[in-house]
Amino acid sequence: MSTEPSAERGPWSLALHRFLRNRLAVAFLALFVLIVAFVLAAPLWANHVADTGPNQEHTVDTVTVDGEEKDVVTPEGKPIGPQWFGAGGKFFLGADSRLGRDEMVRLMYGGRTSLQIGITAALIATILAVVLALLAGYFRGWVDGLIARTLDVIWSLPVFLIGLSLGIALAVGGLKLGPLELSSGSIWNPIVVISIFTVPYIARPIRGQVLALSEKEFVEAAIAQGASPLRVMFGEILPNLASTIIVFFTLMIANSMLFEAGLSFLGAGVQPPSSSWGTMITVGVELLNIQPLLAIVPGLMIMLTVLSLNIVGDALRDALDPRGKARMDAALEFEAHGGVAAGTHQQGTAAI
Amino acid sequence: MLRFVVRRLLAMVGVLFAVSVIVFVVFMVLPKQNPAQTLAGKNATPVLVESIEAEWGFDDSLVVQYATMMKKVFTGDLTSYKPRIPVDDQIKEGIPATFSLTIGAAVIWLFFGLLLGYLSAIRAGGWLDRILTGVSIAGISIPVFLLAPVLLYFLTYKWEIFPNAQYVDFTEDPYEWARHLILPWFTLALLSIGFYSRVLRSNMLDVMNEDYVRTARAKGLSERQVMTKHVLRNSLIPVITLFGLDFGATIAGTAIITEVLYSLDGVGLYAAEAVRKFELPPIMGVAIYGAFFVVFVNALVDIAYAYLDPRVRLGESASE
Repeated sequence: MSTEPSAERGPWSLALHRFLRNRLAVAFLALFVLIVAFVLAAPLWANHVADTGPNQEHTVDTVTVDGEEKDVVTPEGKPIGPQWFGAGGKFFLGADSRLGRDEMVRLMYGGRTSLQIGITAALIATILAVVLALLAGYFRGWVDGLIARTLDVIWSLPVFLIGLSLGIALAVGGLKLGPLELSSGSIWNPIVVISIFTVPYIARPIRGQVLALSEKEFVEAAIAQGASPLRVMFGEILPNLASTIIVFFTLMIANSMLFEAGLSFLGAGVQPPSSSWGTMITVGVELLNIQPLLAIVPGLMIMLTVLSLNIVGDALRDALDPRGKARMDAALEFEAHGGVAAGTHQQGTAAI
Repeated sequence: MLRFVVRRLLAMVGVLFAVSVIVFVVFMVLPKQNPAQTLAGKNATPVLVESIEAEWGFDDSLVVQYATMMKKVFTGDLTSYKPRIPVDDQIKEGIPATFSLTIGAAVIWLFFGLLLGYLSAIRAGGWLDRILTGVSIAGISIPVFLLAPVLLYFLTYKWEIFPNAQYVDFTEDPYEWARHLILPWFTLALLSIGFYSRVLRSNMLDVMNEDYVRTARAKGLSERQVMTKHVLRNSLIPVITLFGLDFGATIAGTAIITEVLYSLDGVGLYAAEAVRKFELPPIMGVAIYGAFFVVFVNALVDIAYAYLDPRVRLGESASE
């Protein structure tokens, strides 16, 4: 404790200092950055190494491996296995199914989709949750009653099952809700589903914090100075929520990715021919006994991404709120119920 | 106590109503296209769409439509359209497999979760605690998506230790029943084993600092008695609520995925196949029945919790 320089440095700089001292978290942050770089490199790999697109089929094509001509898909419908660099990087992980699509290219593009959905859904859910929590915590009374009860109801629903229903209904019929209109194959369908059902996991704890903060003197002072409710909520209270929001946002990305994987695995998320890590497992499991990597590699990618986000999120919590060690268990619980697709986590997730 | 039970049951009815309204909105109101078209699935014939339209009365007001849906759900009149099979029969057929899977997994996760948690709490800080902590964190981090394919590939296909999980009814052959279910059980239980052992460990460490534990030690009880009678018992109460929530969430979440991964003939696999064929009535049925079951279990657990821990029911009237 004594080594910590505290007098001159601001809270954010101190938090950064504490985070960087957590070597495990820094390592996993690096891993997450690597994964992001990997999926961002998808077009490079597709155009310059594999020479094919993620949805391009090679049912009757051949590939030259070490000077030897091989079928991408055998006449019996068995796809080629991993070639690593044998074919100059083509079919690095083999072909995905009897359609003969390049598994590596699909893995990279699928990861893009999965991360994109995870991040966007977490962002939307966080923004919605913060606004709802601010309204509920600041105005109290019937506003709070309405918001809190609604959140309670969503909380007590079997979220994954209802999400699955909504996901498939949207996948078949698209969505029309006022100005919002989505076609049946849109990537926004799973995003909508995930963000709606994850709002309470963020909104409930933040509402509690807003309730506590709005009793503080600085809020009273702002009101006494004639600040408008909007000004108080967003100018005074919101900045004090920043650290909580950052932590929840990080954990929520992991959670949303598991949710997406669950939906897509069952066919109610990302729709073919687009790939996501979840849909790739669905395809891969069919060939598990002959090409196990087709299912295991995307599963591994999901695990590594989720694990790194969870570890970084926990470390951020410790760094931003060093006294809050006791809340670790609350966080574990949150993950289990939020991780709806993982277990609850739903559980809650797990979820998941 | 009675007041608490009544309040809790009323809240349950509220949630059940919300569930049914949400399912109604999800299937009938939200989709952009005609709901009859949606129910009939992709590539439906116009004749089928028309007959569904007449059957469900989509021209009526929303309230009447909602009533029609609820009537269909509760009279078991919900049918899938290609082929025309009553949904509730199919769900009933899947129940033995689903309950065998989830209840078995729950027994395993409670047993091992609590055992590991107890061991790591009484040896907190020691090497056993550290190993168990590592194991549980690994367990929490492995999603079923990865665990099931890995187990299936090595233990079923490569080394052929366990059979592919075709469901064998318990009444037919209990040994085969268990042998076919071991992998799915373990897959479903692993995450919760890790999680429950963490929760029990931290609960026990909290309780160990309570005054009554010091009193128990001071009056000369053996360490074992202190641990089991005073610490463990009081640490178990929060685990019960958690268990109720998780059991529901598992049945309506991970269990579906696990059934699909192991092609286990349960309700989840039935729902997943319906999803793949874009058939909505079965999913509607599974969603409503499943949600009702989960909400009901949660209410029961809350009541049990209040019975075990008087602070809950007393606090209930004091708060708000």
